[in-house]
Amino acid sequence: MQKQAIFQSKLLPYALVAPQLAIVLIFFYWPAVQAVIQSFLLQDAFGLSTSFVWFENYVELLSDPAYFETIVRTFFFSFAIAASSLSVALLLAVMADKPMRGGAVYRTLLIWPYAVAPPVVGVLWVFMLHPSLGVLSRYLRAAGIEWNPLLDGNQAATLVILAAAWKQISYNFLFFLAGLASIPKSVLEAAAIDGARPMRRFWTVTFPLLSPTIFFLLVVNIVYAFFDTFGIIDTMTRGGPGKSTETLVYKVYNDGLIGGNLGSSAAQSVILMVMVIVLTGIQFRFVERKVTY
Amino acid sequence: MANVTLRNVRKTYPGGFEAIKGVNVDVGDGQFCVLVGPSGCGKSTLLRMVAGLETVTGGEIDIGGRVVNQVEPADRDIAMVFQNYALYPHMSVFNNMAYGLRNRGMKEAEIKTRVEEAARVLELSAMLERKPRQLSGGQRQRVAMGRAIVRQPKVFLFDEPLSNLDAKLRIAMRVEIRKLQRRLKTTSVYVTHDQLEAMTLADILVVMNGGQVEQIGNPLAIYEKPATTFVASFIGAPPMNLMSMRTEEIKSQLGGSAGEAGILGIRPEDFVITDQTPAGGVALPLTIEAIERVGAETFIYGSRAQDEQRVAATPGELPPGEVIVRIPGTEAPAIGEKIRVAAVRQKLHLFSGDGRTRIEA
Repeated sequence: MQKQAIFQSKLLPYALVAPQLAIVLIFFYWPAVQAVIQSFLLQDAFGLSTSFVWFENYVELLSDPAYFETIVRTFFFSFAIAASSLSVALLLAVMADKPMRGGAVYRTLLIWPYAVAPPVVGVLWVFMLHPSLGVLSRYLRAAGIEWNPLLDGNQAATLVILAAAWKQISYNFLFFLAGLASIPKSVLEAAAIDGARPMRRFWTVTFPLLSPTIFFLLVVNIVYAFFDTFGIIDTMTRGGPGKSTETLVYKVYNDGLIGGNLGSSAAQSVILMVMVIVLTGIQFRFVERKVTY
Repeated sequence: MANVTLRNVRKTYPGGFEAIKGVNVDVGDGQFCVLVGPSGCGKSTLLRMVAGLETVTGGEIDIGGRVVNQVEPADRDIAMVFQNYALYPHMSVFNNMAYGLRNRGMKEAEIKTRVEEAARVLELSAMLERKPRQLSGGQRQRVAMGRAIVRQPKVFLFDEPLSNLDAKLRIAMRVEIRKLQRRLKTTSVYVTHDQLEAMTLADILVVMNGGQVEQIGNPLAIYEKPATTFVASFIGAPPMNLMSMRTEEIKSQLGGSAGEAGILGIRPEDFVITDQTPAGGVALPLTIEAIERVGAETFIYGSRAQDEQRVAATPGELPPGEVIVRIPGTEAPAIGEKIRVAAVRQKLHLFSGDGRTRIEA
């Protein structure tokens, strides 16, 4: 079937898409191009002179062991956040999928955390787990744990992962709920008659049928952990203590805006940009094709 | 091999809606029982209660001498074929059939033998490695059948298994199901809304309406002696003509034996076009309104000349005053033609005025 609109004037269609194109060009492509150009430049410490240095910023970056540590850390954060928030969300969705009294209320409440802005999430968790103010810190110390995320890098990392994962649970929950609803009830009934107990039914039928949803969410969560955790990290730890919670995005901010090394910061942004393009590419390629069955 | 017995089975939903209002059915070992009725009559609910997919709120369901009200579906030793087949979309045909056996811890070698045997019977041998989405509707249906038979359960349950197939395939599969069931001699309960399917498959036919059983029996016996006007109009296609008449009218026409009858029923196939009125029978002058010629037979939709017979319009299946007559396909009357049709006394069905009781005259 042909779905082509017919326009009288040749200019009208261009005029109609112009606003959208203008927004994309001004707010997306122009900054991106600026970042690429910036990444080839080197400024002196006072910002008085700028010289074109080709790939020097990249070479310096990629030969810096600290940058690799940040990459590894970011990947670790991403997988930890994605894995924990996906598994908790799946558990909640499976529970909420059962017919029950007040189910709609329960489902609505579970969606609320998604509406909380990342910096607020950070503040919230800091309050709960602050070494001297935190409500939960008291219990942790009472349990004999030396809890001080302001000094202990691993604890700070745990805290960031916890807060970031918590915020993403709602989003994942929604998609899992929709995914579960799309599994025909009769298939699960057939499995029940076929002698599969609830746990086995879940792992052999529900889980494989959810795999397209899981894959989609995995990519979305990794992208989220890469980029959208900035607000959480900034309010909670500012990348510290030391560099223990500094992710790639936070390093861009630290090096560029705090450290004033605009060239390196731009080069890092370009590398991040490439990563997003790859992730989005994977996403489109596989999700469109319905991965498993 | 097992009997399936329902004793005063009831289902009331939490909201108070009573879906099943006390059903008693006894299906003997190896028999094929068909539950038939219009949509919403509770037939599927009843089947799902036998399967264990719906709770029983009253009465007892007995499979093979064991009351299974509280038994999990997996432990009832039943297999079910669903309307949408409910195949596992991510598993191959082989794994679809093997799943139930693996869950029961059967050895792989034995599973292979059973699945291959079932596949041979159902002509699926070439497709064992395919996924359900690569199969046609008929093939999927056969996989669903295969999944049921490899288990060698005590009872087969069918929930409208043919309603997603096209007309031709439906007839072919209907015959296949009957042959298969005859050979395996497995007790079966089959739900359908298609009266033709019901008539052709059933050893015992259960006609349901509004959560209750209207009539149970041999399909032909039900066809010949429907117990209520509901059964009369539901079993048989096109439906029986039902005409309400005043009791004295029936008495005057049929003699004193008609009792308190208020509704007269005549099947379309029991009419003949004739000028005579058979003794004790009924004759109706009709004006032909429409004709359906389907080859072997022709259906005449006629309107009664109501003044002559003084019969009132029928509430129920037929539009007021309309009568369907079936005649051999060789005859071709014209629209608008006036004809006279008659039915003999033995072919008349009499029901009480509310249609709930059959009156044997």
